[in-house]
Order: sequence, then structure tokens, then C-alpha cells
Amino acid sequence: MTDPSDKPLGITPLGYPSRLLAPGESYDSVTDRIASIPLAKHPPRQWYFGFGLGFIFFMLLLWAVTWLFAKGVGIWGINIPVAWGFAIVNFVWWIGIGHAGTFISAILLLLHQRWRTAINRFSEAMTLFAVACAGMFPLLHLGRPWVFWWILPYPDTMGVWPQFRSPLVWDVFAVSTYFTVSLLFWYLGLVPDLASVRDKAVKLWQKRIYGVLALGWRGSAAHWQRQQSAYLLLAGLATPLVLSVHSVVSFDFSVAIVPGWHSTIFPPYFVAGAIYSGFAMVLNIVIPVRKLYKLESLITMRHLNNMANVMLVTGEIVAYGYLIEAFMSWYSGDVFEEYMMKNRAFGPYGWVFWALMILNVIIPQLLWSRKIRMNLLLLFLIALSINLGMWVERFVIVITSLNRDFTPSAWHLYIPTFWDWATLAGSIGLFFTLQFLFMRFLPMISISETREFVAEPKTAEA
Amino acid sequence: MSEQPSIFGVAAEFSTHEELLSAARAARDQGYKRMDAYAPFPVEGLPEALGRKRTLVPLVVLIGGIIGGTGGYYMEWYANVVSYPINIGGRPLHSWPSFIPITFELTILFAALFAFFGSLAMNKLPQPYHPIFHAPNFERASIDRFFLCIEATDKKFEAGAVRRFLEGLQPIAVSEVPL
Amino acid sequence: MKADAPLDLDTIRQRLAGTRGRKYWRCLEEVAETPAFEEFLHREFPAGASEWGDEFSRRGFLQLMAASFALAGFSACTKQPLEKIVPYVRQPPELTPGKPLYFATALTLGGFAQGVVATSHEGRPTKIEGNPDHPVSLGATKVFTQAAVLDLYDPDRAQTVLRAGQPSDWNTFVSAMHAILQDQQTKAGTGIRILTGSTTSPTLQSQLNAFLHQYSAAKWHQWEPLSRDNIRDGAWQAFGEIVETQYAFDKADVILALDADFLFTHPSSLRYARNFAQRRRVKDAAGAKMSRLYAVEPTPTITGSMADHRLPVSSAEVEAIARSLAQKLGLEVEAAATPHEEWVAAVARDLQAHPGTGIVIAGETQPAAVHVLAHLINAKLNNSGQTITYTVPAEPVPVNQLTSLQTLIKDLQSGGVDLLIMMEGNPVFDTPADLGFAEAVAKAKTVVRLGFEENETSRYCHWHIPAAHALESWSDVCAFDGTVTLIQPLIEPLFEGKTAHELIDALFQPPGRNSYDIVRAYWQAQKWPNFEKTWRTALNDGVVAGSASPAQQVKLTAKAPSKTAQASGKLEILFRPDPSIWDGRFVNNGWLQELPRPISKLTWDNAALVSPVLAQREKLENGDVVTLKFGGRTLRAPVWIMPGQAENSVTLHLGYGRERTGRVGAGTGFNAYALRTSQALWSGAGLEIKRTGEKYPLVDTQKHHSVEGRDIVRSGTIGEFTANARFLEAHKEPRPERDVTLYHPDEFKYDGYKWGMSIDLNVCIGCNACTIACQAENNIAVVGKTQVANGREMHWIRVDAYFQGSLDNPEVNNQPVPCMHCENAPCELVCPVGATVHDDEGLNVQVYNRCIGTRYCSNNCPYKVRRFNFLEFNAGMTPVQKMVKNPDVTVRSRGVMEKCTYCTQRINAARITAEIANRKIRDGEIITACQAACPVEAIVFGDLNDPESRVVKLKGQPLDYWMLGELNTRPRTSYLAKLRNPNPEMKS
Repeated sequence: MTDPSDKPLGITPLGYPSRLLAPGESYDSVTDRIASIPLAKHPPRQWYFGFGLGFIFFMLLLWAVTWLFAKGVGIWGINIPVAWGFAIVNFVWWIGIGHAGTFISAILLLLHQRWRTAINRFSEAMTLFAVACAGMFPLLHLGRPWVFWWILPYPDTMGVWPQFRSPLVWDVFAVSTYFTVSLLFWYLGLVPDLASVRDKAVKLWQKRIYGVLALGWRGSAAHWQRQQSAYLLLAGLATPLVLSVHSVVSFDFSVAIVPGWHSTIFPPYFVAGAIYSGFAMVLNIVIPVRKLYKLESLITMRHLNNMANVMLVTGEIVAYGYLIEAFMSWYSGDVFEEYMMKNRAFGPYGWVFWALMILNVIIPQLLWSRKIRMNLLLLFLIALSINLGMWVERFVIVITSLNRDFTPSAWHLYIPTFWDWATLAGSIGLFFTLQFLFMRFLPMISISETREFVAEPKTAEA
Repeated sequence: MSEQPSIFGVAAEFSTHEELLSAARAARDQGYKRMDAYAPFPVEGLPEALGRKRTLVPLVVLIGGIIGGTGGYYMEWYANVVSYPINIGGRPLHSWPSFIPITFELTILFAALFAFFGSLAMNKLPQPYHPIFHAPNFERASIDRFFLCIEATDKKFEAGAVRRFLEGLQPIAVSEVPL
Repeated sequence: MKADAPLDLDTIRQRLAGTRGRKYWRCLEEVAETPAFEEFLHREFPAGASEWGDEFSRRGFLQLMAASFALAGFSACTKQPLEKIVPYVRQPPELTPGKPLYFATALTLGGFAQGVVATSHEGRPTKIEGNPDHPVSLGATKVFTQAAVLDLYDPDRAQTVLRAGQPSDWNTFVSAMHAILQDQQTKAGTGIRILTGSTTSPTLQSQLNAFLHQYSAAKWHQWEPLSRDNIRDGAWQAFGEIVETQYAFDKADVILALDADFLFTHPSSLRYARNFAQRRRVKDAAGAKMSRLYAVEPTPTITGSMADHRLPVSSAEVEAIARSLAQKLGLEVEAAATPHEEWVAAVARDLQAHPGTGIVIAGETQPAAVHVLAHLINAKLNNSGQTITYTVPAEPVPVNQLTSLQTLIKDLQSGGVDLLIMMEGNPVFDTPADLGFAEAVAKAKTVVRLGFEENETSRYCHWHIPAAHALESWSDVCAFDGTVTLIQPLIEPLFEGKTAHELIDALFQPPGRNSYDIVRAYWQAQKWPNFEKTWRTALNDGVVAGSASPAQQVKLTAKAPSKTAQASGKLEILFRPDPSIWDGRFVNNGWLQELPRPISKLTWDNAALVSPVLAQREKLENGDVVTLKFGGRTLRAPVWIMPGQAENSVTLHLGYGRERTGRVGAGTGFNAYALRTSQALWSGAGLEIKRTGEKYPLVDTQKHHSVEGRDIVRSGTIGEFTANARFLEAHKEPRPERDVTLYHPDEFKYDGYKWGMSIDLNVCIGCNACTIACQAENNIAVVGKTQVANGREMHWIRVDAYFQGSLDNPEVNNQPVPCMHCENAPCELVCPVGATVHDDEGLNVQVYNRCIGTRYCSNNCPYKVRRFNFLEFNAGMTPVQKMVKNPDVTVRSRGVMEKCTYCTQRINAARITAEIANRKIRDGEIITACQAACPVEAIVFGDLNDPESRVVKLKGQPLDYWMLGELNTRPRTSYLAKLRNPNPEMKS
């Protein structure tokens, strides 16, 4: 399977498609191409299919959550000792996926990786939805969700406060900060494009709605100056933030004393894993979408190729993480650590561990080959295996560490129930529901930044 | 109902950002001060061409960050040491290492909030109405046209002269922008 | 009343107001039938109906609600009896709200007294403790005793007089009886039979005597499914008279238990356990001594798990071993071959080396011959008179109950029985299968049963009289050593409960004395000097001073007994009482059902226990359903592989598989009685076992019995200990020093009280008393089989059993594990809302109101002692069920974490008393629930800042260690390592 956008582009000696934008695009054409999607009367037929599917699973989520609130977390498979189950696995997984967006927007922006343009808006949106899904789980998994707000600092009549030594409280601050900052960042970049859509719109109600959303943006030099400065600063802030968030999430485990959790390598390898799965998810969404909306000329093979490379790098870091964990458990000579590793690989959940190795370490090695990176179908499948693998990784960390920790008499297996699966599937449904709504109603590629590419050749001539 | 209908300014429409840039420079040389340029994307050098000073956004962000950081750490210290001191797992009341993550997060959060709302405020957004929208064809300013508008509040402003000057720059069109 | 009339709770109450007892109930019966009322129930209580999943069918729930309305009235007005009952300690008898009263009384098990002190909150009995003044309690309790209080409030109790299953009333019953007795008068009562269990009640005895005197031809029979016939016969054959043997384990250096579980099933087990422990406890290495216990048994028991040398052999082989031992000790006995000659020889030498300080004890499950041999051996070793004394039996009329039962059945079959009166018991269910009691009893003209619950036997009863609970009755009972306890009620009968005394009395003219008058009258007749004072003292102390049976001078008349005939057959079947539901009478008790059985940790079911070897041979796994064929009868049961089980013996615990019982017991386990015959009451050869290929879910609470080389249980031998007091620390991580921390080591000083606990693994017998005592004290919920299967049991203190050594005969180390109350508690650090924090006395407290249920604390607890309310485990409780709750302890709701609190409510009670008296709390003033129940005093709680306190002294001992201490959690609960005293001659 080859890609039309690949053909017109010559291959540079480096062996990479050289351009970020197919030739013959003008200011107007890019604007049209992107702005027409939200303004279109009807989305493509496939959109209804995708949205519908997502929505059905979203309903499943509501059902599962209703039952959960009615009965209690006992409807899940959790027990003593495995007091954390799917809820936490899903939480960490979604947070991880939510890392690509800000990584692409912020870090690549600062590194002047301009190829980010075509995919940043998109992945920022993805980040928001992923983090929304993630943020849901810590609340759902509470024994008494109706008092979740006790975890927030507020003047309480009893004079009590959150317990600031607990990583769970750090989590609350990290995740909510991450969500807020991503949202602001995303919207700040969106404003000029909303203005474009506003001005493209013909129907009055569209003009009105996008007009309000555009906040009266006029694109004056002053606007651009401040917007750009703020945008850059947000990027600067988001960069340490994106690294901190998954570090904090990893503290949930590494601060605890549970063998298999209590490990100093967690923060870096969690962050790497997060970006790993984040890019995988971007690919899983972008590859079909660019076909669906004929955006091959905007999201070119070079974009996909670069993302594949990022996955390859972060993938190796993650693999290194696994290696070091195994090594340390042996090197420490600690009876608990040693047994933990033994149990991971050969215990009751051993097969999950080996599945992880295949999905997350072995399969992604295919990305070394440029041929495979250039093959959309294979790239898509590899990304899929990584997404799956990262979920399995969290399962291994959470469940197989808990099910056999210090006191053998308390060891007990964890078997997920229907409701565990329903909540997982439901959260995926919610994610895609939001994703499809975004693609339907908002410009999914930054128009203003794409225009700068149109401008470039001209600058060259000048 | 004022007796003589005054105007917002005179706007010229260009098709490329290069033209806009040179126009801005020219206008500057003519000594016009109160003017603004409109483009569908940030044009490098345009603010300088218009003689705009560096923006204050970074300072605002810095302040936000400081407030967030110090406030966050103070909150934790106050809660654990002053307001509700209690023995948690034998750890000291003031276990500063555990207080770092939240301090960090709050620094970022407040800096970000200040950056976003700060920049919007300085741009006086949201602002549903602005005279420049009356400029003919201005809806293309957000798509593929570049506008330079010399405003009536400029000391040197005199409608005829301005119009003549702008036409001298071979724009696509020149038009008066009503208030 | 009109069915169409809409009605609500108030009107029902009004209807009920002023009415009592019988009318009350019948009225409600009718009320409950009105559609309006049904509808009201539906409207009012939909939630709890389905809450408990499998435990609680909606239909069952509605029935329960209907019943509970009858009780709603009662729960409102629980009043103490009108008669004068005497509180145990010096509280004013008039009730101070919020201040519990304590009454000394007794509960009865197998006819023998368990002396107890019952706690009464506002007239509600809520807790049972042992009575320190009682000779066989010594302040401790059995699991059954602890659970009795739950039975009291069991909504499935028999609640009203039934005539052929239809509600009737007491007076009708009494007149019916007199009609029958009228015409029995003429024939001297030939047609009258009375069936009771073993009874030691002097009052009841005198009543029976009077009755049998009046109706000279009437007969009285006794039957206990767990009969002590072998013991009686053994004594009879040995001494020509029936005497009870009293053992002094505190004087014994060498003990040989021949299939005798004297630490658990013996009527005097609590006392024996205490005495035994006295000789196992060691202080410092210098001159430390322990008694040595040898156990020969076919199936693992608590006693076996305490043995220094345990020999698993088939039940039949025990006699051979006894014989060869007797022979080696120079007795003239018919020898029998045993492959364990060496083992026996070593034991023989050891016994000989300790003349007069040895004990050979045979269990009730062994044939009379073994008992005779034991008596002979003890005489030969001069143990008799030293460690062993003989007394007059506490049973006034000890008989061979099997013969007694057989005669009764013969009479029944002949159709000559006009009136059969049964006191308690469940003969249709628990008599030997080959005797056909059910068919026989059907022939009786009138069958009357006084019963606590309706059971299989009730179906055959023309009259069913609800029995009063011991806590509702006046009576009297003897302990195993003969000491009399007056039973006094704490509460008026919740239902129409009657006592055996009242039933018998009703057969006389004029009827109608209540049990108080009856019991009191009997004792007045005993000519006590200064009756009133003695009576009150007896009530107050819970014992009648000096009533213990006198020692009996006995003369060994027996020559060596002849070999007991042994049926042939490779596989042997064993019948044993269930460690939790006993002979089946406790099957409807949730606390006992959910109590993990010692060693196997099974709950909610019984199973066919098979040895690992047999399992291998038959390719069996845990939960495989097999068909057991024995004596032409078959039974399907799941198997459980039991390390330490004798190779070819299969153990079935009795009492399960009840067809007619309450909501809790229904559908649990398998009926072992179906295979039990009069020829094989305890064991029999010729069992066939066949796999069906089906599976049955058996649920246990401990899956993993190896310590995986972790520093959890420390054990060694007395030899190593005397050689080097700290030998156990040799290869272990040293206990972290106070300053091994990033922070300031003395950030928090505990300079007021500093609570701590010491648990002595060396004497712990793993009897579970602590677990169930804690459940009773702390309102711990019963979660049911499916939830236990999910690993959600709620016990705050669990008894772990770790195996050591071979699979076929492992050493068992029991370890009670409550919350360690770590000073550097990992759980506290991770709680986001500070719901678990430290108080200034070092308690790791759990604030239920603040807990939001992240369960992070449990993940981070290395001991896994935290328990979580995954669902609303207290849902659907009826008013009467709620009465059992301890008002001083919060009832936890869904979504909160809970755990051991060191019985903080008891600490505070003591604090209040101390502060009123303006003094410090004294050592031993606070006794935690687990500590109180422990028969061996393995658990000691106290103030670590008081250098004189027992707990400080214990923690000062060289064997003291921290579980997982290397984690630097600094637990406040520490353990004393387990020591064994193996015979140097033998390799274990």
C-alpha cells in the first residue's frame, strides 16, 4: 500500500520525503481544505460510523458507572491484596496517551521541529480527551466517590486538609494542571483559526458560533505579537510539565514500598512509555483520518515517518526500563524483589508479561526498517500493538506486583469482571466520541501555521 | 449624532506579507504612529516595522509563576505545620521533599493561567465589535489578505493625504474605515 | 382484619401494642399476609433485598422482614428479666445508660458447662467472655462460645409453638400433654420416652427422676452425635466403674496423644490448653525447659500442629501403636505389628525417663481398647495420681449412648411409643444412618421437640416448642470437672422460648412454674447454709464454690484388652466434628461459617480431606467432586488436599449438608452423617473413592502456606535456644536502629501511654478464638462465600498457618496477624485525605468518617491486615440482627477501609475509669478482645512506657522479633518465636 502524497515528493539523499506541504497549495486552498470540514453540511459517511460506534461504547460506560455508583467498587474484581485493578491501569494508560499532544506541540515547537504543524492541533485535542478519560478513573475507583472533593485543599469546617505527602494528592494537582494547561495551550492556538472559520462561514449561525469562539480575533500585529509570545511561553511551561506529569503518576507506585513498585527508574521510564503510547495513538488516529478527509497533502509521509522514529526511540528507552528492572531485582539481592521478578515472568500472570514483551519490545523493532515505516498498514498495526502493549505494561505493574507482595498468606489472584471490561471499553468509547466531535466541528490542523509554509517559497523568492 | 461623520481610519489591502511589511515600514518613515497591520498569520518583523515595543506577557507569566510556587508551598506548610499538625507515619510535620511536586505543579498552573488570560486581556479580547471589520473585504484578513490601517487618531492624520500615500504603495485597494 | 384496608407500620404497631407473646405473633402472621402489608414491604425495603447476592434472596428477605416485624417491638423493649440476676462485678444492678453490665453464667456444649461472663448493653447481650473463676474456662473461650451471642439474635430461630407445623400456643400444648398423660397414668407411662443429649444439669436430673418415678415404666434415653462412649467404656473396662480422667498438663514433661485433640475438642480443652502452654512458654535461655508432645493421629488437628513429633497413621493403626508401646513398657499385651517400631521405642524410652510426669491420652474417637491401654500405661508409669486423677463423672447418669439410642429405636419400631419428648438435638439428621431413626420415629403417636431451630427432626414432630437460648434461661450445668454453674438470663426470651425445665415441669400437676422457680427450688432443697447469700455468690461468681467432683480412688481391674476387630479395606473413612460448626448445630451461624478452619483455612463448606499421596494416586485436585462409597452408602463431596493427612485416611467433618436450616446454613457443605453407621461412628475401613470429573468451588482464606524464605515466622528448637539465646537473629537482617531514617529519629515522642502488643507464637495453638472474638467485639461483617472467594473476608485478626518440611507431615506454624500499628506506618504516608493517622499513644487509627476509599493504604501495608468494605456488607439487617452490634464500635458502611484498632474502645473505657479515679491505667487493665479469648494467653497488650508491664518484659525476651522488621516499619506488635522440643533420639 503506497500513499499518493508520497509520489510527487522527491526523496532527498537523507532518504526522507523532503516537504511538509504538497506543491500548489495557496493560502486560500489550505484554509479551504481545513476550514471546509467543520463548515461542511454533512460529514463523510464513515464519520457517522465511527462516531456511532464510539457513542455506543460511551453508553456502555454510563451503564457501568451507574451500576458502580449503585453498588460500590465491589462489582469489580479487586480484593485484598489486589486493591487496585483496571481503574488504575486505565488511568495510567490514558494519561500516557495524553502525553503525545503536549509533547508534540510544546517540545517540538521549542526544538523548531516545524513538521509538528500538521499534527499538533490534532494531537492536542487527543491529549485533552485522553486526559479527560484518565481523570475520570481516580474518581470512579474511590470507595466513596461522592466525597472525592475531600482530596482538594479547601477551608474545611473540621479544619482538616489533604495529606500532602500522598502521591495521590500530587496526582490530583499534576493531572488537573496538565489538563488546564493543555486546554489553554490548545485554545490559544485555535483562536486565529476559529477566526478564519468564522470568516469562511456563510450560514449566519455558523458565523455567530465561530464568531463567539474566535473572541473577536482580528489578526492585528499586536494580537499576533502577544498571542505568539504567550503561546511560546505556554510551550515553555508545558515542556517541564509534560515530563512532570507522568513522573508524578509514577510516584503513585515508586513512593509505595510494594516490590515491583518501589523503584527509582520509574519516572523516566514512565515518561518514555507515555510518549511511546501517545505517538502510537496519534498514528492510529491520523492514518485513517488523513485518508478519510483527503489530507495527504497536509499530513505527509514525512510526518508519519518522524512519528515512527520518535516511537522507535522511546520504545528503546522503555525496553531499557524493563531490562534494568529485571537486573536490579537480581542485583539488589533482596528476597522480595527477586521473587517479584520471578512471579512477573513465571507466576500466574506470566503469560501477560510475555505478551508485553512481544507487543512492546519485539514487534516495534520492525520500525528500524524504513520500508515498514513507509507502509501505512504495517505502521498502523505496529502502533496498535504498542497501544495494546502499554496497557498490558500497566496491568503487569499494578496487578502482578500487588497479587504477591510481602506476606505470602495474603496472596490472592485478581480476576477482572464484566464491569471491569465494560469500564475500559466504555472509556475508549468516550474518547472516540469526543475525538469525532472535534474532527467534525473544529479545524483539526492549524491553518495559520500551515499558511506560513505557503509563505516560505515566496520569502525565498523575495 | 455628531455633526461631521468622522472615520476610524484608512486601510490598504495587500496580497502578500512582503508588501505589507514594506508598506508598514514606509508608513513609519512617513511618521505615522497610530496604525495597525492585519495578517492571516504572524508575519516576522511586522511589529518592529510598526514600531511596537516588546510585549509585557513574559513579565506577567513570571509573576504568575512566583505566586503559584510560593503560594503552593506556603499552603502545604501551613496545613501540615500550623493549621492541622498531626503524626503521619512518623514523618516530620514539615516534610519538605514531599511538598515539592505540588509546589512545582502550582507554579506551572498559575504561570499558564496568567499567560493565557494576561495575553487575552492585553489584546482586549474577547471583543465582539471593532470598526476595522467594516473595512471592505476584511473577512479575507483571516484568510489570504494583508491589511494596513492608519488610524484617524494619529496626529498627522488627514484623510486625503493618507489615502494618497497608501495608494502610492500599489495595494489591491484602499478604503476608508467608518467608525 | 380486612385485607383491603391499607396499612402502615404505625397501625401495625398499634395493633400489636399491649399484646404479648403468642397473640402478638399470630396477629402479625395475619398482618403479614395482607396484600397491603406485602406491598408495604416491597415499597419500604427494595434496596437490601438483593444486596447480598447469593446469601440473600429477595424472597428470603421478605420472609425475614415479615418475621422481623414481630421482633421490632421486642428490639424496642429489650428488658432484663424480672427475677433478681446478679451482675458479675460491682456495678449497680440498675442500668447506667452507656455502661455495660457483666453477668457470670454458662453456655453448654455437649452437656458440659463453658463458664462465661456475658456483656449486656442496655439489656442487650452483645459479647461473651470467659469466666476467669470458672475451672474449665479460666477466662478464655472457645469459638462456639464466642458465636453463641449471634445465635441469640438469629432470625431463623424457632419462634413459636407449632402443632403439626401450624402456629399454636403453650397452653394448648400443655393441655394436650395432660390428655396424653392421663391415659399413660394407667399404664405407668409405658409409652413415654424422653430423649436428651448428654446432660449435667442437677435440676433437670432431679426433674427427670421425679418424672420417671411417677411414670415408672417411662424411659429416658441419651444421644450425642459426638458421643464419649469410648471413653466411658474404656473406663468401665479398666476400672469396673465409669470415671472421668482429669489430666494435669502443667505437671507433664512428656505427653503422648493417641488421636486425642485435647487442645480443641475435649470438654476441658481450654483448661488443658492453658496448662499445656505453661510448660511450653520459655523466658530466657538459661535453663529453659519445655514439655514434649508426641501426637499420633490420622488427620491434622490443632493438637497435632503443636506436637514436637507428629506421626500420621490411620486411625486403625493407632491401637497397634498403643499396643507396641505398652509392650515396650513391659506390659503383658497382645502385640500388633506396626511399621513405626523405632518411633514408638523412642517414645517409650522418653516416657520411661519421666515416670510420674508423663501423660498418655487417648481420644474419644479411639475404641475402648486404646483407652484401656492408655490407663494401663499411665498406671505403669505412675502417672496416675500424679499427672492424672480420676473423678466421678459430671454426668449423673453416664450410659452408652449408642445402646441407649438403639433401644429407643427398637421401641419406636415396635410402635409401642405413644409420646416421645426430645430435648434439643437433631436425631433424624445425626443418628447413625444404619439405624433408620427417621422411619422409626414416624411410628411414634406423639412426638414433641423442644428445639432452638426448626431442623430435619422438626418435620416429624407433632409439637415443636421453641427453646430459650442459654442467655434467656435460668438453669444449671456442670463443668467437666463437676463444678456447678447457675445459668442466669440476661434478657427475656426474644421469642416464646421455653427451657427444658419448664417443659418437664409442664408434665406435672399443677404445671406452670417458670425455670427460675424450678432451679431455685431445687437448690433450696440442697440445704445450703445461708442459702440467700450462697445463691447470690454463686450467681455472682458463676460457679458454686466447692462443687467440683471429688477425686475417685480407682483400682485397675482390667487385664490387657483383646484386639478390636478391624474391617479390611485399603482406604479408611474418618468422621470428625467440624472445627467451626461442630456437630451441625452451628450451621446457621455466620461467624462460625466464615471462620477459616484451623490449618486448612477452608470456610463455608466441609470437604473430604485427602492426603497428598492419595490425591496423586487418584489424580485429585482441590474441589474435584468424588463419590465416596462406604458400607453400601454413597455420598458426593469435593476433596481437599490436606498436608499431614494419613496416607489412606479420608476425613469428613460432620454437621454440614443440612436439608432444613436457616438462611445462612442452607446449601452449605455435604452431609457426612449419610455415611456414618453405628459400626463406624468415628472411623471405618473399606471406603471407595471415585472421581466424577465435576468441580465444586471450595473457598479458603490462605492459598499460600510457604514463607518463601521471608522473615515472617521464626522457629527453632529449644536446644538451639539454650545454646544461643539469639540464634534466630543469626541469619536475619538486624532490627533497624531507631536512627535509620532520613528524618529526625525522635520526631514524635510517645511519652504518655505507648501501646504495644506481644504475640507468643510458641504457645499459640491456632484455635481461632481471637479471630471470632474480634469479630464479635468490633462488629465485623460476615461477607459470605462468594465474597470470601474474591478475597474480601473482613477478619481484623487472622491466623496464618505456614507449613515447614515434608508435604506428607509438615510442621505447622500458626501466626495470628492483627494490625502491627507500625510507628513508621506505610499506610498513613499514602492516604490522600489523612484518614489513617497516628495518635499520640502510637495507635494507627482509621478515621472511617474521613476515609474516601482509595485503598492505597492496603496496597502499601506489607502485612495486608487492612480490610475494605467493597460492598454494603451490613445491608438488610433486621432490627433483631442489629441487636448484636457493639454500641461502642462504629458499624462501617460501604467504601471505607477498616482494620484492627487495638480495641480502642476498651482503651478509652479504661482511660475513663482511670481518670475518674485520678490514676494511670494499670497494666492488665486493658484486655483486648483477642487477648481475652486466647486460651493460652499468647496475646499480651500493654503500655510500653511502663517498665513493669508484662508486654515490656515479653518484648525484652531474646525470642522477641518484628515481622518484616527490615522494612523499618517499627511495628508495635511483635512476636515471640516458636520453639519445638524434639527428641534428640529422633530425626523429625
